[in-house]
Amino acid sequence: MFTEMHSLYEWAWVIPALPLLSFLLIAFVTKRSKGLSAAVSILAILCAFGLAIAIAAGVIGSGSEIVKHPVITSINWLDISGLKLNFGTVVDPLSTMMLFVVGLVASMVQIYSVGYMHGDRGWSRYFAYQSLFAMSMLGLVIATNLLELFIFWELVGLCSYLLIGFWYHKVSAREAAKKAFMTTRVGDFGLLLGILFLFSKYGTLDFVHLAALMNGTAQGLALAGGVGYITLTAFLLFVGPIGKSGQFPLHVWLPDAMEGPTPVSALIHAATMVVAGVFLVARIYFIFQHAAPGALEFVAGLGAFTAIFAATIAIAQDDIKRILAYSTLSQLGYMMFALGVGSLTASMFHLMTHAFFKALMFLGAGSVIHALHEKQNIWDMGGLWKKMPITGTTFAIGVLAISGIPPFAGFWSKDEILSAALQNGHPIIYAVGLFTAFLTAFYMGRLFFVAFMGPEKKENHPHESPYWMTVPLIILAFFSTVGGLVALPYHNFAFYVRNYIFVNGVVSLGTFTHEGMAWGLAGISVLFGLAGLVLAYMTYVTQTVKAEAVAARFPGVYKLLKNKYYIDEIYLWIIRNIMDGVGKVLYWFDIHIIDGVINGLALITRGGAGGLRRVHTGQLQTYALVFFLAVVVIFLAYTMGSGQVSALNPLAMLGGVK
Amino acid sequence: MNFNLSVGLSTYLLVGAMLFCLGLYGVFAKKNIVAVLMSIELMLNAVNLNFVAFNRFLAVSSVVGQVAALFVIVLAAAEVAVGLALVIAIYRTRHTTNTDEFNWLKW
Repeated sequence: MFTEMHSLYEWAWVIPALPLLSFLLIAFVTKRSKGLSAAVSILAILCAFGLAIAIAAGVIGSGSEIVKHPVITSINWLDISGLKLNFGTVVDPLSTMMLFVVGLVASMVQIYSVGYMHGDRGWSRYFAYQSLFAMSMLGLVIATNLLELFIFWELVGLCSYLLIGFWYHKVSAREAAKKAFMTTRVGDFGLLLGILFLFSKYGTLDFVHLAALMNGTAQGLALAGGVGYITLTAFLLFVGPIGKSGQFPLHVWLPDAMEGPTPVSALIHAATMVVAGVFLVARIYFIFQHAAPGALEFVAGLGAFTAIFAATIAIAQDDIKRILAYSTLSQLGYMMFALGVGSLTASMFHLMTHAFFKALMFLGAGSVIHALHEKQNIWDMGGLWKKMPITGTTFAIGVLAISGIPPFAGFWSKDEILSAALQNGHPIIYAVGLFTAFLTAFYMGRLFFVAFMGPEKKENHPHESPYWMTVPLIILAFFSTVGGLVALPYHNFAFYVRNYIFVNGVVSLGTFTHEGMAWGLAGISVLFGLAGLVLAYMTYVTQTVKAEAVAARFPGVYKLLKNKYYIDEIYLWIIRNIMDGVGKVLYWFDIHIIDGVINGLALITRGGAGGLRRVHTGQLQTYALVFFLAVVVIFLAYTMGSGQVSALNPLAMLGGVK
Repeated sequence: MNFNLSVGLSTYLLVGAMLFCLGLYGVFAKKNIVAVLMSIELMLNAVNLNFVAFNRFLAVSSVVGQVAALFVIVLAAAEVAVGLALVIAIYRTRHTTNTDEFNWLKW
């Protein structure tokens, strides 16, 4: 089985190549035809998704063989002394899972976009960007080395920028695009530094080689320059995921990124691109394992903090997309701390289920916004379930999934993260995660009850969205419902997607971090999720608990949450005062010192030239005289000179006059 | 040095040098541009004389020097044609042939 599938795995490069082809086709050929552009783009992503499914089926069939021997196909891209770079694809359970998730969500979003972007002037451009993004993201997940990954990493950042600023006629969209690009650049700088640190020490960026070099023996560590060096590198590499996956304090770009079209938010800023950071940490997990324990603890702490931090903000937001954006931040924090507490499996599991239900909810929100003609405030909605039964029902599934209610997908992955946190000895993080689960259920319940139930608004005339939009919702709802069951019978998911550890150069399977379903813990987290939903129901439907009264009782807290802890304002203050102050000093230096030197040089040159040009009299005969005298001088110099120039001696040339 | 009345290479070279110096003086000192052109012709002919003399006395069997002299004559003809054309063009606009007044090609 394994060997037969091998030849299929070597064709994994076709998966990102198809959307790239579609991007080029749309950009250069079919741009003028709307229908053709969409057809090309959707066809390409569906073919890529089909291939991803085929590979996934093969990987599941291969059993533990593929875990031990990931199939790496690469070609040499650059080979100069001291720098050898390969480009290639790696097929292992981790990349296969990502291929499946990205392929699924990208195809659903592109199909959905046919309905959502109907009549938009930038239609073909939109599908071209979508294809470019699909290419970059699919390439990212099958990269074999850090540099290849970094290239795709920057490409997805570019696509994110292009799609956030898709409606570039809106000032807010342009600003948000710039903010997203620059904030993630801060993180990418750290990542690049980390890559250079790795390369300067090991001379390779290949994941497998790096893992083999750091195999944990004393010799390997000595070569690595000690634990301290690895720890520093791990921290630097982690700065990239902080920016890309919106961890505190670089989370500010993600809520603003909601300025883009809603399907873009679903694809890029919820399901795929933002999890690239989590994926990267999973990919280079061995570095964190060889680093000092503080590195992973930092990941766990920051993730947990981001989870609860963003969840509290989400409670006080009114914009439907912003609530979902802060929810995404919170869930990304969840995935991060799952990695931090040592459960790669749980993190990747949650990544997958989150992609299903968050994409579902974003697309549902897009459906609502579409029906209500660009209204995004949840208080302007109400009673939508009756008018939009498919959107409402699928959204409800998403809410149940994220709240961790069994048997929906989120229950399984969230429980696995929480039990991993507790069983690996992080009770505080467990408590934070549990409380975040409660908050998540509460704000999701609030969103759902306010927007979909409650009284209808007279001024709204919602109608169900076309099939282009509802069919992807139904498919994603299906995966949000059953997606968690892969964890069930023999913990298949944990069996495949786990960390491979190199011990003395041999791949060992690593330990199962999955401890089995802890039904007691699962019960507790379900209770917390239910409590959140019930509280939201009591507050916003039966109004037993008065939201206004609570807000009035803690005005300071409410204001703090409403204004997102004033993080944006703090950044603005820093930029206005400190950065501008430094800028003024540098400006003075530039004007007076740098420009002074340059202008001084120019003045000296001009003065010298002014003197020298007097030599040019314009008199023909003066020139002739100077010319003649110069010839005489050169002649004399040659004749007086000895040695090598004697060959030019005119007497010698004549062979001596008799 | 043996003073010899027979006509030898030195005699030709001496004549050539005298012609060249005359031409050089003309180029430096004459005020009329046509005279300057004529002086250049003198210098070129001095060179021709040298070519032919060297050919006659040092490389009897070859004709290299004579060929070179022929080339110089052709070149001189072309040079004079261009030079006189320029002189006429300048004279038409400036109404002068005085080299001292030909000084506007400067800063």
